[in-house]
This record gives sequence, C-alpha cells and structure tokens, in this order.
Amino acid sequence: MCGIAALQLRNPLLHPQMGSLLSSMMCQIVDRGPDSAGLAVYNTPGLVSEGTSTLSLLGKEQGLPVAEIQLAIAGMLPSDAEAAVRVVGDTTLVSAAVGTDLLVKVVSETLPAATIIGRGEHVAVMKSVGHPMDIAAEHGLEAMAGSQGLSHTRMATESAVTAGGSHPFSVADDLCLVHNGSFSNHATIRRGLLREGVVFDSENDTEVGARYVASRLQQGDTLEEALVNLGKVFDGFYTLVVTTADSMAVVRDPIACKPAIIVETDDYVAMASEYRALAALPGIENARIFEPEPGKVYTWSL
Amino acid sequence: MVTLTAPETSTDTNVETTLPAVSTDSFSVDLAGSPVRDLNQELHNAIDGQAWTVTSPGGKHSLAVGINADVTVTVEGHAGSYAAGMHQKGDVTINGNAGVGLAENIMSGTVHVKGDASQSAAATGHGGLVVIDGNAGARCGISMKGVDIVVGGNIGHMSAFMAQAGRLVVCGDAGEALGDSIYEARIYVKGTVASLGADCIEKPMKAEHLAELGELLAAAGRTDNPSDFKRYGSARNLYHFHVDNSTSY
Repeated sequence: MCGIAALQLRNPLLHPQMGSLLSSMMCQIVDRGPDSAGLAVYNTPGLVSEGTSTLSLLGKEQGLPVAEIQLAIAGMLPSDAEAAVRVVGDTTLVSAAVGTDLLVKVVSETLPAATIIGRGEHVAVMKSVGHPMDIAAEHGLEAMAGSQGLSHTRMATESAVTAGGSHPFSVADDLCLVHNGSFSNHATIRRGLLREGVVFDSENDTEVGARYVASRLQQGDTLEEALVNLGKVFDGFYTLVVTTADSMAVVRDPIACKPAIIVETDDYVAMASEYRALAALPGIENARIFEPEPGKVYTWSL
Repeated sequence: MVTLTAPETSTDTNVETTLPAVSTDSFSVDLAGSPVRDLNQELHNAIDGQAWTVTSPGGKHSLAVGINADVTVTVEGHAGSYAAGMHQKGDVTINGNAGVGLAENIMSGTVHVKGDASQSAAATGHGGLVVIDGNAGARCGISMKGVDIVVGGNIGHMSAFMAQAGRLVVCGDAGEALGDSIYEARIYVKGTVASLGADCIEKPMKAEHLAELGELLAAAGRTDNPSDFKRYGSARNLYHFHVDNSTSY
C-alpha cells in the first residue's frame, strides 16, 4: 500500500495555493504509507526558474559546505551561468543557466557520491525517510506556489525503506513518476535497460518504470504512448501518476487492485488514492469525480 | 498444563419482559468535529425507529458499519471505504459516492448510494438490498451469498465472481469476466456485457425471472422495463473438479 496525491492547477490564480492544497491532500494519504515520502513541485518560485536548470540532490549534507560546492561548480561552468546551491529541507538544489546534461556532469564530478533525484527547468524533487507530513513541513510545502504538485507516501515492499527508494522517481528532464503497487518483472526489464546503457540509482522496482518511460519518451513516444507501452511490458499491480513540465497522466493496471480517484474542474485536475484526500479541494461539491478505468491512460496538459 | 473453563453463564434471573423500545427521535452528527468511532458507537447503541444524519463525511472510512437496529442513516456527502459494512438492520442512504467495499458482508436491511461506488461493492453480502444509482467499479458482488444488488449504471470487471446466491441487476453495461465461476446467483444486465467469465452463460428469461426482476427494480425505485434485460447464470460445469476442466478455472 502506498498513497498518491497529485494536483495540476489549470487556473493560474490558484498557483499561490499549490503547496497548501497539496499539503491538505497529502495529510489524508499518510496512513497508506507512513515510512517515507516524496514531493515533486513544478514552477515553484524560489526553487526553480525559467531558463535555468535545477538538479535536486538527495540529502542536505553533501560532504562539502554549500559555499564550497557552489564555488567548485561555478568554476567549471561559464561565468554567466550564475550557479547557485541551496538547501531546502533535506534536499540540496543546484541550479545554473546551462543545459541539464552539463549541470549533471559538473555536479557528478564535484559530488561523485551525490544522488540526483530531480532534474529539469521546472521541477524540484524532495524526498526523505520519516513521517510524510514532517517531510512536507521540513521542505516548507505549505507555502510553496506552483503549477503542478505530486506527492507520494510509501509503504515499502520491493526495496528497503530509504530516501533513495522513495518516490517520485525523476530520471529525465521534468519527468516524475510515482507508483502504488509493485512490478513483478522489474528485474527482467532492468536487465534489458542496463544493456541499452541505462544507469540506475536504486534497487527499486518503480525506478525501472520511470527509466522505461524516460527511455520510451526519448525514442519519440508521447506520454500516452509510453504508458500504453509500459502496460504491455510490465507485469504487476500499479496505479501510476506521471508528470512532465506541462502535463499529468494517470494509469492503472488492467486488474486495478490499487485505488485511484480523479476530480476534474475548470480550475484543476487532482488525483488521489482515496477520495478523502480530495475532500478539501475548492469546489469539490460540484466537481466531476470519477475512478479511472482499468488499463486506460488519462492525460491532461496545461 | 492449561485448564480450560467454560465461559461464565448468566446468573441474572431478573429477565426483562418489556418489548424493545422504539423511538422517533432524530440525531445529527457532524464528522468535521467528531471521530468516526464515536459515530459508529452511537449507532450501535441506537434503538429502532431513530433517524440519524451524518454531515461532513469527507470521504472518511468505515462510516455507519455494523448497524444492528432498525434505524435510518443518511450520509450527506461522499463516503470512503467500507461504508455500511456488516450491515444487519435499517436503511443507510449515502447522498454521494462510496469507496471500496461498500456494504461489505451485508446481512439484511438496505444500503442506497446515490452516486457511484468503487470496487467490491456488496462483497460477500448474505442478504438485504444494495442500490447504487450510479456506476459500480470492479468486483461488484464478488462472492455474494444472498444479497440483492441493483446498479443504475455500469459495473466493472470480475463482478459477481464466485457469486453463490442472490441477484445482481445492472441497468447499464457489465465489464469483463462477468460471473466468473458463478454458483447459483442470478445476474440481470440491461446493457452490454464485455465478456462472460468461466462457466457463466446467458439463460432464458422466464416469467418468474421477469417477475423477480420487476420486484427488484421497484424496490430500487427504478422504472426500467424488465423485458429489456438479459439473464446470466451458471452453466454448472465447474461445480466439481474434473480434470478435463483444469484449464477453465
């Protein structure tokens, strides 16, 4: 059992409330996964900015003082890259006005032990072990603005309770994936991806799903096609939510053991494992509420 | 060595001879300010005839479970998982949607959901009537053992799986593998059936079936015409294991 709560805000007037809305959703899914949690927030001022790549690194301690990391990274980048390193909760954010690939290279050389848990121009990813609402509070979710938010509370089954095994898995620019369920053939698919040169950060089954989706997108699939293909290749139980810079997708396996409920209004689309996570959203009384059908891919774009 | 002793037998000779009390009182519980556990305890203490209204349900789980008095309970909003589970007596109405496992193991009485119900609605129900005006998710009536279920909309896959007794009425369409491994329950579907499960077949609608379907629809407050429905039930080929059927289970 895990909990998922995801929110895409169509109405920009709601963007300042993204964090408080997501927080109100997340606190209702804690029971479903109280051991660790993660968050992905999109276009949150103070965490990411247009024209700048941001990497999210696991943990606030990277073995070097923040100023030293910043100096080292700045020294390896063009002088106008404006490299910056910040610690937000238990996450270190590194940003610079360069492409993400270059920034990943520089950060990997500067901090070879660092685990990059998020990358892109629009997304910041934060995850940790502990009570999900403590993790949300530590990162200041309540006050965050943004266009989309994704949260996950984990009850670990397929790999250990570690921050690295928490969701979301963000393995390509602005792409995040969270999972309620378990993939049963992930080891086989992992071997195939390893042969293609894909590098993994964890032993987690969901990471295989995220790497697979990233690989399909890179090969030219749309998000919907990538998830249809995932359904053909992956065996197991899953309710997945996948977010990109401007879109959100939900898919359940054809057996549909894992719950999901969606609410759609003119102002937002929200998905959660249970209705109670949606109950406090504005205008829920008159909103269209439905369960996603088994095996069907739903996508919404901003 | 452990000595087992019989449970204490009642020595109370002062047996009550009065009839159970009946009430016409109304009560309201706002779940925004009080826990579900208190609500359920109050409902367990309730006496026949009382009317209870539950406001601000907020999708909370296990609302109005285990009711054992002839009361009416109205939930004003959406309920979470396992609403009206183990229902023994009385009428529960949910003016909204219900989550997973609505009226699970219902024994008697009625449960009426005005919106949609998630999966496993009325699972293992032994009796009573469950009415869902909207759609029901997967596994509706799974292992039903005598409950009657009327769904105004569609039902999901694997509904009435291993259904043993009772009636399932679907005014919309049914999903994949309807009635898989069914025993003696009867299924009536007005719309299409995506596929029938193992050992489930279409059966003729006889006068007795039109009559019982008419009664069920009327009990659910519906005006559908019984002659628009088809009946499905067990082919009775998988009752006993036979090696020739080993791949059919």
